[in-house]
Amino acid sequence: MSPAPATRGAVRRVLGEGRWAWSALVVLVGALISAPVVAVVVDGVLGAGDTQLPRNVGDMVFTSLWLLLGVGCGTFVLGAGLAWLVSAFDFPCRRLLSWALVLPLAMPAYILGFVFLSTFDVAGPVQSLLRDWFGADVWVPDVRSLGGAVIVMSLTLYPYVYLLARAAMVEQSATTYEAARTLGATRGRAFLRVLLPLARPSLAAGLALVMMETLTDFATVQYFNVHTVSVGVYLVWKGSFDLHSATQIAALVLVFAVALLVGERLLRGGARFTQRGHRGVGPQRERLRGFKAALASAAGLGVLGVAFVFPVLQLVVWALGASTDPLDPRLGDYLANSVTLALVVAAVCVTVATLIGHAQRLGGGRLVRSAAQLTTFGYAVPGAVVGIGVLLVMDWLDRGLVAAGVEGGTGLLVTGSVLGILIAQVVRFVAPAHQAIDASFTKMPPSITGSALSLGASPRRVLTRVHLPQVRSGILVATVLVVIDVVKELPLVLLLRPFGFTTVSVWVYQLASENFWEKAALPALLIVMLALVPVVVLVRGRDPRRRVEP
Amino acid sequence: MRRSLLAASLAVVSVATSACGIFEDDEPADIQVYSARHYDLEKAFEEFTEETDLTVEFLFGDDSELLERLKKEGDDSPADIFMTVDAGNLWNAAEQGQLTALDSPILTEAIPEDLRDPDGQWFGFAMRARTVVYNPDSVDVAEFDTTDTYAGLGDPKWSGRLCMRDATASYTQSLVASLIDLHGRDRALEIVESWVANDVEIMSNDIELLEAIDAGACEVGISNHYYLGRKLDEDPDFNAKVFWASQDGEGVHVNISGAGVTRSSDNPEAAQQLLEWLAAKGQSAFVDNNFEFPVNPDVAPAELVAGFGPFERMPVDAKAYGSLNAEAVDLLAEANYE
Amino acid sequence: MSEADALRLAAVTKSYGRTLAADALDLVVPEGEVVAVIGPSGCGKSTLLRLVAGLERPDAGSIEIAGEVVADARGWRHPEQRRVGLVFQDHALFPHLDVRRNVGFGLRTLSRPERRARVETMLHRVHLADLAARRPHELSGGEQQRVALARALAPDPAVVLLDEPFSSLDEHLRQRVRSEIMATVRDAGTTAVVVTHDQTEALSVADRVVVMRAGRIEQVGTPQEVFERPASRFVASFMGDADYLPATVEGDRVSCEIGVVPVRPSLTAGTSYDVVLRPHDVTVEADPAGAAEVVHVEYHGAFVLHAVRLASGARVRSWQAHSVRHPVGTRVSVGLVSGPGPVLLPVEETVVR
Repeated sequence: MSPAPATRGAVRRVLGEGRWAWSALVVLVGALISAPVVAVVVDGVLGAGDTQLPRNVGDMVFTSLWLLLGVGCGTFVLGAGLAWLVSAFDFPCRRLLSWALVLPLAMPAYILGFVFLSTFDVAGPVQSLLRDWFGADVWVPDVRSLGGAVIVMSLTLYPYVYLLARAAMVEQSATTYEAARTLGATRGRAFLRVLLPLARPSLAAGLALVMMETLTDFATVQYFNVHTVSVGVYLVWKGSFDLHSATQIAALVLVFAVALLVGERLLRGGARFTQRGHRGVGPQRERLRGFKAALASAAGLGVLGVAFVFPVLQLVVWALGASTDPLDPRLGDYLANSVTLALVVAAVCVTVATLIGHAQRLGGGRLVRSAAQLTTFGYAVPGAVVGIGVLLVMDWLDRGLVAAGVEGGTGLLVTGSVLGILIAQVVRFVAPAHQAIDASFTKMPPSITGSALSLGASPRRVLTRVHLPQVRSGILVATVLVVIDVVKELPLVLLLRPFGFTTVSVWVYQLASENFWEKAALPALLIVMLALVPVVVLVRGRDPRRRVEP
Repeated sequence: MRRSLLAASLAVVSVATSACGIFEDDEPADIQVYSARHYDLEKAFEEFTEETDLTVEFLFGDDSELLERLKKEGDDSPADIFMTVDAGNLWNAAEQGQLTALDSPILTEAIPEDLRDPDGQWFGFAMRARTVVYNPDSVDVAEFDTTDTYAGLGDPKWSGRLCMRDATASYTQSLVASLIDLHGRDRALEIVESWVANDVEIMSNDIELLEAIDAGACEVGISNHYYLGRKLDEDPDFNAKVFWASQDGEGVHVNISGAGVTRSSDNPEAAQQLLEWLAAKGQSAFVDNNFEFPVNPDVAPAELVAGFGPFERMPVDAKAYGSLNAEAVDLLAEANYE
Repeated sequence: MSEADALRLAAVTKSYGRTLAADALDLVVPEGEVVAVIGPSGCGKSTLLRLVAGLERPDAGSIEIAGEVVADARGWRHPEQRRVGLVFQDHALFPHLDVRRNVGFGLRTLSRPERRARVETMLHRVHLADLAARRPHELSGGEQQRVALARALAPDPAVVLLDEPFSSLDEHLRQRVRSEIMATVRDAGTTAVVVTHDQTEALSVADRVVVMRAGRIEQVGTPQEVFERPASRFVASFMGDADYLPATVEGDRVSCEIGVVPVRPSLTAGTSYDVVLRPHDVTVEADPAGAAEVVHVEYHGAFVLHAVRLASGARVRSWQAHSVRHPVGTRVSVGLVSGPGPVLLPVEETVVR
């Protein structure tokens, strides 16, 4: 064989099989979306010659690792365990739990964190009660700690894993689980050795989302005084009033993010668990009785109570306590802003993610794969850093335009309108959309695409008539995840909003940052409600018994 | 399926268009303020608008993020005034060329020299004291070191009795910066290390810290005085008292909330007018709402905080707070102060 | 080569990293012919099919479909621009469309009434007219396979490619579906390439069989040729049971341990040969004085397979009618069936015996 074909083969593996228009589109979108993140890193590297990393950066790295590990384990155990419970067993309240366990997704970690601390911290009712009973010297575990942060974040983030794991378990055919059981595997073993490995791609996707949320969280960890690398970014930024030095640590956060994404790919392990033939109905549920049934119900209801019901009640109590104040007349505006923003961002993110999935399906090659990966980094970078990146890119664009002779450049495009917020939110939240939609694409056998193409369908027709209908569930999940994320997102909106633009999350922040928690309870409840709507839509849309096949 | 796709795309289009509608800004206000204060300021400014017919609009945010935004927006920035809560922040904004020098006799007259920029780029309008707060049931005021109360909290007798704010709080950083300024880095490090050695309990906000003192979970803490004002306003029986720190020494550590007119302001006259109003006529309305102390010596503080008694204050050294902040952060890390 | 060739591959090469999945493949399939491509997994047979379909792009070589070049050094056509029908092992039916829409999917260029008529014709041809409104998940595996075929044939492709089309079906269903499907293909007169790893399937459905190994074509021929006159030891073993005994050449006479071999081909002097013995070439008779011994017996219904150890220690197998059954341990004499006789193959040094 001459060397030429080999080289050509290598080039093609990078460039893909020549759907140039589609590939170019994805590469372009990838470049646009990653631009702000890249800008921050470039700016940081170029701009910070003499700044030094904070003294305890090593501790921060370890703290971040421990936090990631803790929250990873916590969400895995809660998410996968509860998913197994509701898909493999029957017990009282199972039907309720199977959808209600998704609800904590609507609870932002910073709100649960606050409720948790105000309840369990030294001045809270629990410790006060303990002191009353046992005296001032009673020993209580330190709630304001890494452990506390792990608990709170696990409780709010586990639904990512639960949602994807449950879907994966339900979509598996009953036979594999039953085969394992007849081979003498106990229920636990069948779960560990058969259900879990088969659900691996979904679990990996869910865990990756959890990890990235954990990595970029700033508010919750600060409540708990846990100094992660993300906290470091803010510490340096605020300590030195110099973003350049902060971007160096932001780059460190990126290193974590890359490691996470690589880890996710490895976990998914190239293998595609597309089950051939029949679409599964999940394992036949086994009825639990007596003690075991009570235990199962208690586990589910307990998690739901701690993660959702109790904090919502607490917020309601606070909100009622503050109800003497007149209702803010701008409430309607704030709500409309939040909702509109969420829908627009979700529409853009889902479109981008679908196009990426489609282009990859058409044989995009490594270039498209890399572009797809690039779009996901925004999620792993703290919101404020993405915001600064957007400002940077616009700044450069401005100067470029002025240099090219355009008077005034882009004008005040970014912070003078919501455009900046929109761009930044898309940069941040393409990742969850991509995860959900990509998982759906992965479940669709490649032969479907091949068949459609060889029947003469153009790539566009394959997209609309074959791919879209089949990744519908992924699109639904993606929409919900993005909507929830946007409604909860704070730093970006805070940084980039134009005058007169306030969302519900900003409102909560303004009140909460000065500890007006009773006043903040109402808008906080509103965030939960807003996030609840898509969660309920999702739950109903995904209930396998209600779904019309497929 | 096709129909639902159609419906979805219609929805997207209509949402997008309505978004443009909603997001279209109305006529901008006469004076636009980037503010890191979020204490329900509007009430004070409503009075200003009534008096002058000049409208004021706020954009709240985090101080360093707002500063970064101001820098990135450059000449296009809509902001006329940059308002923030730390003298170091103001000094930095001036240092980074974001503010304009004002020549205003009204301002220089109303505001003490150390609470404003010598070049007139920024001015303090409200003052807060970061002092010691204690639970009177478990602490005798005689226990405090009256010369250097902050350093005195490192005495082993306070072991297990202390609560303080976290290292990420700008309040903590400014206090430590002032200690570095006052005593030099080595002594400041010793002081912070002695707090850590006393097993200080770290809280994530001042209100929680005060509630811990009230509940008896902590005996002594360091807090901004106005948080206690707020708590006492809600509940007169709140069981915590102010002790003015270092009265026989350098005085209590204070910081300011201040503002300057931005470099890019397209309405500097109106902005200056607002600042002058804040320093004089609007001073009470501005500070009392948040139980802060007025900077203008001719204006009396609110009754509740006046009840904390008179005190000597440390001079504010904005340059020190601003330039030593990074060192303070580093020192806190070195002392393992969380 | 004539214009009527439906498919023409010349020096088609494709590698994945260091693995050569197609190594300079040459193949010509005349119109209307059914070709089976067979080989062990990983031999490149599916790659061959994907290359023809346009799901993979060759590194080198050219492919022509119905006289049109679809891939060569200068250009490459996407699958939707090739007149190729595809039937996958998993059927790959569109789960969200009913049977009628599945079959009509590739008929976009037709007018609505034409399309409807064509779909009806196709459904009748695969005997599924009454299931037209069903969704794929409501069909049995065999029915799904027939829909997949009808869908692939509907646009009248120049060549239809079937990738292991029957391997997902139950054993008892497989034979019936296979004969139905292949009858439909033959009725349609379409050129077909069937990829399979089942030699019975290859031998029974195809006009010609292509045996592949490690990205290369080992042998192309009619089913009889590849079965009876295998070109290599690999083909011999892969296309059916085969035992090997060393051949002894004395002048024109070739013999092996169990008898004289009637041989036609000229042999190269100085090369050692093996005689390829299919079980039906070997006779076994009970003979208390025989040098061989029955070591294993397998009942297959119509036939009984006997494994026999010869005096030399070599083992050969023999098919016997179901009425004949020599218990294990029986002394037997072993011989060769008279007739065209077995093949001789050079001893491959590399093969460990």
